[in-house]
Amino acid sequence: MPENKARKGRPDWFRHLPQLTVLAVIALTINFISPGFFHVSIQNGRLFGSLIDVLYRGAPIILLALGMTMVIATGGIDLSVGAVIAIAGAAAAKLVELGFPAWQVIFLALVSGAACGLWNGFLVAGLRIQPFVATLILMVSGRGIAQMITEGRILTFTDPGMDMISKSSLMYVPMPIIIALGFLLLGLLIWKGTALGLMIAATGLNRVSAASSGVKTRLVTTLAYVWCGFCASAAGLIIVSDIRGADANNAGLWLEMDAILATVIGGTSLLGGRFWLPMSMVGALIIQAMNTGVLLSGLKPEFNYIVKALLVLIVLCAQSPALKQRLGKPAGGAA
Amino acid sequence: MTLLRRYLPLLATSALLVIGYLICAFQWNGFTSFRVVGNLLTDNAFLGITAVGMTFAIISGGIDLSVGSVVAFTTVMVATLIEWHGVHPLFAFALALTVGAAFGAMMGAIIHYLEMPPFIVTLGGMFLMRGVSFLITTESIGISHEFYATVSDVALRIGKGKLSLVAMLMMAVVGIGALLLHFTRFGANVYALGGSPGSAKLMGVPAAWTTIRVYMLSGALAALAGIVFSLYTSAGNSLNCVGLELDAIAAVVIGGTLLTGGYGFMLGSFIGVLIQGLIQTYINFDGTLSSWWTKIIIGLLVFIFILLQRIITGAGAQGNQGRRF
Repeated sequence: MPENKARKGRPDWFRHLPQLTVLAVIALTINFISPGFFHVSIQNGRLFGSLIDVLYRGAPIILLALGMTMVIATGGIDLSVGAVIAIAGAAAAKLVELGFPAWQVIFLALVSGAACGLWNGFLVAGLRIQPFVATLILMVSGRGIAQMITEGRILTFTDPGMDMISKSSLMYVPMPIIIALGFLLLGLLIWKGTALGLMIAATGLNRVSAASSGVKTRLVTTLAYVWCGFCASAAGLIIVSDIRGADANNAGLWLEMDAILATVIGGTSLLGGRFWLPMSMVGALIIQAMNTGVLLSGLKPEFNYIVKALLVLIVLCAQSPALKQRLGKPAGGAA
Repeated sequence: MTLLRRYLPLLATSALLVIGYLICAFQWNGFTSFRVVGNLLTDNAFLGITAVGMTFAIISGGIDLSVGSVVAFTTVMVATLIEWHGVHPLFAFALALTVGAAFGAMMGAIIHYLEMPPFIVTLGGMFLMRGVSFLITTESIGISHEFYATVSDVALRIGKGKLSLVAMLMMAVVGIGALLLHFTRFGANVYALGGSPGSAKLMGVPAAWTTIRVYMLSGALAALAGIVFSLYTSAGNSLNCVGLELDAIAAVVIGGTLLTGGYGFMLGSFIGVLIQGLIQTYINFDGTLSSWWTKIIIGLLVFIFILLQRIITGAGAQGNQGRRF
């Protein structure tokens, strides 16, 4: 199952060549359809252009994918991230309305997301409910909770502190991109800088043998879900700040599917095990570039769904152990 | 499992329905009238039909996330065929059922032959069907064929209330579904496959054919639910039934079916649908409660029933944790 391909002398980036190629091909195709895709200029003290727009719009998906990657690495899945976005967004908007300063709003919204993750982690690791079912509970009731917070209204607000999250920039780079990169670094620090990532991969591959070798599987699994909720609430904050309002019904709708897709495109197996945070980010960018590409090419935005369905199919074929066997390659493609 | 343990989830669900109904009946005078019950059945007919297909998918150890999109696609397809191309509704229905069944069979084949998790395959199906219906039209198409007016008038009058044709259709589907699941070889194969795919294969259960038929059935029933939904609203809309799959899954879980597969009852799913309808009716009668309570209460019920399942099956599960997920 888990191949040690990288150890056989090939550089690690080699196995990620397909994804990087796909991203490059999509970018070049878009540039062909609408020339000037790569043109970046500076306007109003920040970078400006279609390429920057892909990064800017893709920031929430990147954040979700970073969170989802760790959960999928444990062999689980988190279907509730869209609902967590709605909850964190609703909580943030409500707190702004109640007159809290921006830094407290941000802190509390992030805590609410982490708390949602803790709940999921408790169900999965503590009560041993299948991840897909356990997170379904929050997916169903989460939007109800978000609506309870907003009392069924679409809360809008104007707060200069909250505007900072999406509308300011640092060194000409729009803030959402900075946040996404910051979370990538934070994720690498937590999961690759320590042994935690190894423990998660071990848990995802075989929980029983990981537990036998002394890995606290319940703890690391819970941590993965908390991280996922934390990332989702950050995505929620960006979305809320961007539209200056919280819509409990539609915020983050179907983004969980994008996050799962981004992670799987990035090469992390749905069956658990090894994971690649930077590649999940590439996966998110591929999805966002295709969204933008469909729009720029003048096709109906509805076409996106069909493109995504085809992507799922391609990824399925690429990951299918049965298909690999039928094609005569050993599973894992180490040949 | 002893006999009591075997039927405990079903008994708990039934008790919940009876208690909930009694609470409502004591609170409001008009609640026990047949009109309320008839409306509850009519309003949830499409959910009930979807839940029957979902029950098969879940007992076989899978899931079908595409049903909401298939319902939306069917309403759009039927509406465009009737309104834009002048096709007779009955012919449009037959065509829609064929497409639904073929689509489901295709997903079943991918699940079996590519050995991929059903939820990701049907997720792709969900995107595809929603996308196709968006491509056909993003506007709501009203259906003004006289056949629709005739059908909506057909009802069995009982006292002051009436049992509409779609409600009768839903109950018939539940009945046939129960027969198919509990009394045929196909039903037994579905249970075997969900209980343990490995043993099922050793026992000679045709895994490929059973999986394909399960998803074919789920797809066809989702298309039927779409037809019912188009009769119910007299329109086709590509935005119909976003999130219906969650309601159907919730109904099946509240009905006591084990989400890991291999155990469950058709009657339970029907009761699960009724409980969801009851909560919605309670909120309508009350008037002050907001509709978001429905979602929270259903989430809570799903949690309680999953917890109940863990307690009942828990003793056995501790022994072979490695297999559970």
